[in-house]
Amino acid sequence: MTKTVQRVITALQEAFPDVDFAVAPLLAGRRPEEEQVCVRVPPTRLAGVMRFLYEDRRCRFEQLCDLTCVDYLNFPEATDRFGVTYALLSLTLGHRLWVKCFVNDPDPEVPSATGIWQGANWLEREVWDMFGVRFTGHPDLRRILTWEGFPAHPLRKDYPLRGRGERENYEVIHRDSA
Amino acid sequence: MAREMVMDSTPEVLREYYRSVQSDLPTEEMVVNMGPQHPSTHGVLRMVLRTDGEMVQEAIPHLGYLHRCAEKIGESLQPFQYVPYTDRMDYVAGMNNNQTWALAIEKLAGLEVPPRAQAIRVIFAELNRIASHLVSVGSYGLDMGAFTPFLYCFREREMILDLFEATCGARLTYSYITPGGVTQDLPEGFVDRCREFLDYFEPKILEYNQLLSWNHIFVKRTSKVGVISLADALAWGLTGVCLRASGIRWDLRKVKPYDGYEKYDFEIPIGQPGGAPGVPQGVLVGDSWNRYFLRLLEMEQCVRIIRQALDQLPDGDVMAKKAKNIKLPDDEVYVETENPRGQMGFYVRGDGSTIPARVKARGPCFCNLSIATHVLRDILIADIPAIFGSIDVVMGDVDR
Repeated sequence: MTKTVQRVITALQEAFPDVDFAVAPLLAGRRPEEEQVCVRVPPTRLAGVMRFLYEDRRCRFEQLCDLTCVDYLNFPEATDRFGVTYALLSLTLGHRLWVKCFVNDPDPEVPSATGIWQGANWLEREVWDMFGVRFTGHPDLRRILTWEGFPAHPLRKDYPLRGRGERENYEVIHRDSA
Repeated sequence: MAREMVMDSTPEVLREYYRSVQSDLPTEEMVVNMGPQHPSTHGVLRMVLRTDGEMVQEAIPHLGYLHRCAEKIGESLQPFQYVPYTDRMDYVAGMNNNQTWALAIEKLAGLEVPPRAQAIRVIFAELNRIASHLVSVGSYGLDMGAFTPFLYCFREREMILDLFEATCGARLTYSYITPGGVTQDLPEGFVDRCREFLDYFEPKILEYNQLLSWNHIFVKRTSKVGVISLADALAWGLTGVCLRASGIRWDLRKVKPYDGYEKYDFEIPIGQPGGAPGVPQGVLVGDSWNRYFLRLLEMEQCVRIIRQALDQLPDGDVMAKKAKNIKLPDDEVYVETENPRGQMGFYVRGDGSTIPARVKARGPCFCNLSIATHVLRDILIADIPAIFGSIDVVMGDVDR
């Protein structure tokens, strides 16, 4: 872990003493300077932590590089189903941090980060489209890659590779009835 | 206000002027559909424009026309089998996508890439960067009504594609850089042919500048149009040329070198205000002209890198040992590289088997395009191609 990332972790633990961040590298057992540090944040505290990471001068994460989700359905040891992962980058301080937030069925909900990084807008729409994780406070949470009315969230692990949702299952619309 | 005064004023004054024209001539709001087959959308993007006369009040992009569920496919194939799918994401820069995927798998599985393979990768990634920027620059000229630069750019691109074809047999979807190295060694005489091309190509950049970049009409069409401030660029997750044009020196090849980029000497050009060397008067940092011009400056740097890589090309293997049937550990990795269009990232989650449990591709164009909702506001309809072409999106990368 580099020094600046260490400072970020210390700042986080000072500001949120009641949260267990479970600091761990993304990829274990490699050279420390290449380590990608990941912290875990409960969904109820996510909005505050994100705001802090953006504003605090030891953190200054100006950019949300990536936002994605992992479905842990087929992992036997996993206790939670969806892990929403944020990849943050600070260009001024040159460090990165990964933030994970675990949510569960039936109503996976995470506070939206669009108020901090506008770029989260489409990334959150994509996660909603593909995984069905709702982002509360998102200004325009519509599907983005599939169409409105698509009945499933295709990147969930219980969505089959073939079969459901294939083209032949859809009703043919003729010119006269359209 | 005279036309000339309008053209030389700041974007705020310009906007105010257009508003005053609009208030003189109130028109009804009209919703116009643009795309998905419109030539200036460079692929299959559909935009719904809310217009008031010639002014665009709001543009709402609709994506997904090229969605192929590439991530889902990645979660059902071995890393090797997935390489051709990465070609088809940003199909103008296949080599760079291959490289990102290869680096992600190597980091996850702990493969060591031989030095010769690393140098070859750099050569091909940079050649592809030139080819990709040529497409971008040429078609941007086409969008702005200049037909000839397009032909010139494609003439040079053809030579790069010939080099690619001689090496891996493909001209667009290469699958040449794979986890562990590259699929085969360079063909006989490649180094000389490549040098020959670079000697031919380098003076051509000046030709493009004289033909297009400094053309009075082109400058007037693109300067002060679609200005993206640095704060906006960061907040919207812009990367690559679009971010650097807003005036920050941030390039992953320098910041976080991969595949031995630290061995090469090159510069990172950034957006310059009008009056700087080679920059016409009236150009602003972060406008469409700057985004366009950065691509040309980057091509010069690509040539520099390739020359050095050809000079230092080491001997040896081009593929890591034990690179087949890799077992991915129960771990996760996030790797990003500097693609021609920005930062390409792959997030891979292994689960102990040979097939990854989760593959996420962070396409640079997806984030770069998302700023369209913000920039395409209170502008003229004619400025849409100017802004859109300068952001340079490839829809295969947006929709994946």
